[in-house]
Amino acid sequence: MSVLDSALPPRIALVGNPNCGKTALFNALTGSRQKVANYPGVTVERKIGHFVSPLGRRVQVIDLPGTYSLRARSPDEEVTRDVVLGRFSHEDSPDLLVCVADATNLRLNLRLVVELKRLGRPIILALNMMDAAEKRGCRIDAAALSAALGVPVVPTVAIRRGGVQPLLEQIDGAMAMAADAAENPAPCGWSEPSSRDLRAYHQEVEGLLAGCVADAGLPPLATRRVDAVLLHPVFGLAFLFLVLFLMFQAVFAWAEAPMNLIDGAVSGLKDWVAATLPDGALRSLLTDGIIAGVGSVVIFLPQILVLFFFILVLEATGYLARAAFLLDRLMGGVGLHGRAFIPLLSSFACAVPGVMAARTIENRADRLATIMIAPLMTCSARLPVYTLLIAAFVPDRPLLGGLVGLPGLVMFALYAAGILSALAVAFVLKGTVFKGAREPLLMELPAYRLPNPRDIALGLFERAKVFLARAGTTIFALMIVMWFLASFPGAPEGATEPAIQYSIAGMIGHALEPLLAPIGFTWQIAVALVPGIAAREVAVGVLGTIYALSDSGDALQSSLAGALAASWSLPTALSLLAWYVFAPQCVATLSVVKRETNGWLWPAVMFIYMITLAYGASFVTYRVASALL
Amino acid sequence: MSGHPTPETGQSHGGRHLGELKKGERARVTGVDERGVVTTLPEGELERRMIEMGLVEGSHVEVLHEAFPGRDPIAIRVNEHTLALRRAEARAVLVAPAA
Repeated sequence: MSVLDSALPPRIALVGNPNCGKTALFNALTGSRQKVANYPGVTVERKIGHFVSPLGRRVQVIDLPGTYSLRARSPDEEVTRDVVLGRFSHEDSPDLLVCVADATNLRLNLRLVVELKRLGRPIILALNMMDAAEKRGCRIDAAALSAALGVPVVPTVAIRRGGVQPLLEQIDGAMAMAADAAENPAPCGWSEPSSRDLRAYHQEVEGLLAGCVADAGLPPLATRRVDAVLLHPVFGLAFLFLVLFLMFQAVFAWAEAPMNLIDGAVSGLKDWVAATLPDGALRSLLTDGIIAGVGSVVIFLPQILVLFFFILVLEATGYLARAAFLLDRLMGGVGLHGRAFIPLLSSFACAVPGVMAARTIENRADRLATIMIAPLMTCSARLPVYTLLIAAFVPDRPLLGGLVGLPGLVMFALYAAGILSALAVAFVLKGTVFKGAREPLLMELPAYRLPNPRDIALGLFERAKVFLARAGTTIFALMIVMWFLASFPGAPEGATEPAIQYSIAGMIGHALEPLLAPIGFTWQIAVALVPGIAAREVAVGVLGTIYALSDSGDALQSSLAGALAASWSLPTALSLLAWYVFAPQCVATLSVVKRETNGWLWPAVMFIYMITLAYGASFVTYRVASALL
Repeated sequence: MSGHPTPETGQSHGGRHLGELKKGERARVTGVDERGVVTTLPEGELERRMIEMGLVEGSHVEVLHEAFPGRDPIAIRVNEHTLALRRAEARAVLVAPAA
């Protein structure tokens, strides 16, 4: 049976080093006809798309994670190895490998090509970024290289319109050959290479370069000059902190308007449903449960998109690797890898994308340590609670001659408490559970490049889809459960207290009260914490309900602040603030940790250690504050 | 080992290793020997990774940048590409002055 007759479309896989422009080539081939899923059993993303070849053949393309060799070192690279070796039981091996090589860095890239050739499978070599190589004065004889390697060699420029046309034509030709190869498969000559084999590969590459590259061109001087500043011990770090500051600023400033729009749309939808449906359980489920609940998560979409916009741009330019380089030693003080800084930074907006961003860390122990401390970064969902309690309890007193106010200082202290405790937890984890030396740093610093808008847009689109899909499934289901707990059973006839008091959530809150009394929590707080498990900021709304306030939004914040100031003691308020620094009150984070670590163990460890820290911190805060004040 | 001109021990080599080069220094790689370097990796893995990243006998290297504090990690040019690595692991790469 030839590939042409088979019911399934022929499949090609893109393989190549990181930074070779493989994803840009994938985007150029498939456009928006792509989707991301997970490989079964592993958390590595599986990017698949399709295109129609010049001869009208529908071809499926897999974008495999970038790798320097087939000896897998990370979960991502294992996927690449297993797919090209046809070891994946869930899918057939690809009919054709398109090996993507950066023409400006041929030596390193050809090493992988030489290794891939051992597989005995049909291969096309795409010499990507040919334009950049030519600009540097690099002259590569593609025909000679093709003859020496024994595989078709096609120059491509993935970011230019029409830059992949020669590749498309070559794929049609190679498909016919692939069909023959499928009938008489060549034996796979690949086995895990020893250091001796690797040296032999290098020798082979040197031979190829000597025969096919007339002029290697000048090394990229521009990148080197820029790096002289951006990797400078003083200016480089200063620039990095400036970038981080701008990014932070943008996450809050740029996202504000769209967040208000979403907020308005959610309230509008709620009001419309409330006005349309008769009073009853269904209306309550739709408005208080589903719309309010999912809305409270979707509202973070703008922040997540701004954050990922920065991360994608920084990654595409090549700066992200530099940031890891600059911070490697500083983060190493607590045993973290330089690459841990992006996940931790992301977690200031929301721990969910932070935990997802930890994928770039190869070593499992380093990655788990990063995931475990990500939720200690002060995410934006804690802000409503912090703002409320500070407004209620911290007097607006100017300090340092009016330079800073006491409320601002308290807010800063809360952020600092999160960061310092995260570093402390990382230090403890790396000294105990994840003991051992750090994963070696062996990271290519790619030449600086201008990001391609299409690749950034496609990347953002992908992130938005993943985030909304989660809000629409896991979080949707959890919100219904939370609504049920807070609504049933309803208040009895002639009830004087708010309805939530009589519900299951209320009962749980009252049952928890004795447990929470030693840390100074009132029953109102205990009741508010139960639905607050779903999402931290929900607790503000629940407190509003309990104190029977009918306002919402900003008006609720100010009237609630007054009510709390009148009924809570200062030690209680401080204790609750301390609780919020540590408590694992976010089902979305725990569920993404479960997904990323493939099991319940790590979310369970995270929940237990964070709740223990929260209880301990609140206990100490309450006792010390009570004794002093 | 591989019958390569790599010396059997780092000591008998008598030369220097990549981890001790200063910013601006150029050198030629004469061998890769991971003994004496503490890593999380199984035996032989660091050597293979170094080779895969282009740190193989005959490669030309130059220390381009040093991070802070402790001038560590370092960014080096290896033939045409740039690589970041820590000085501790760079000890595995033996070098001789560039010709």
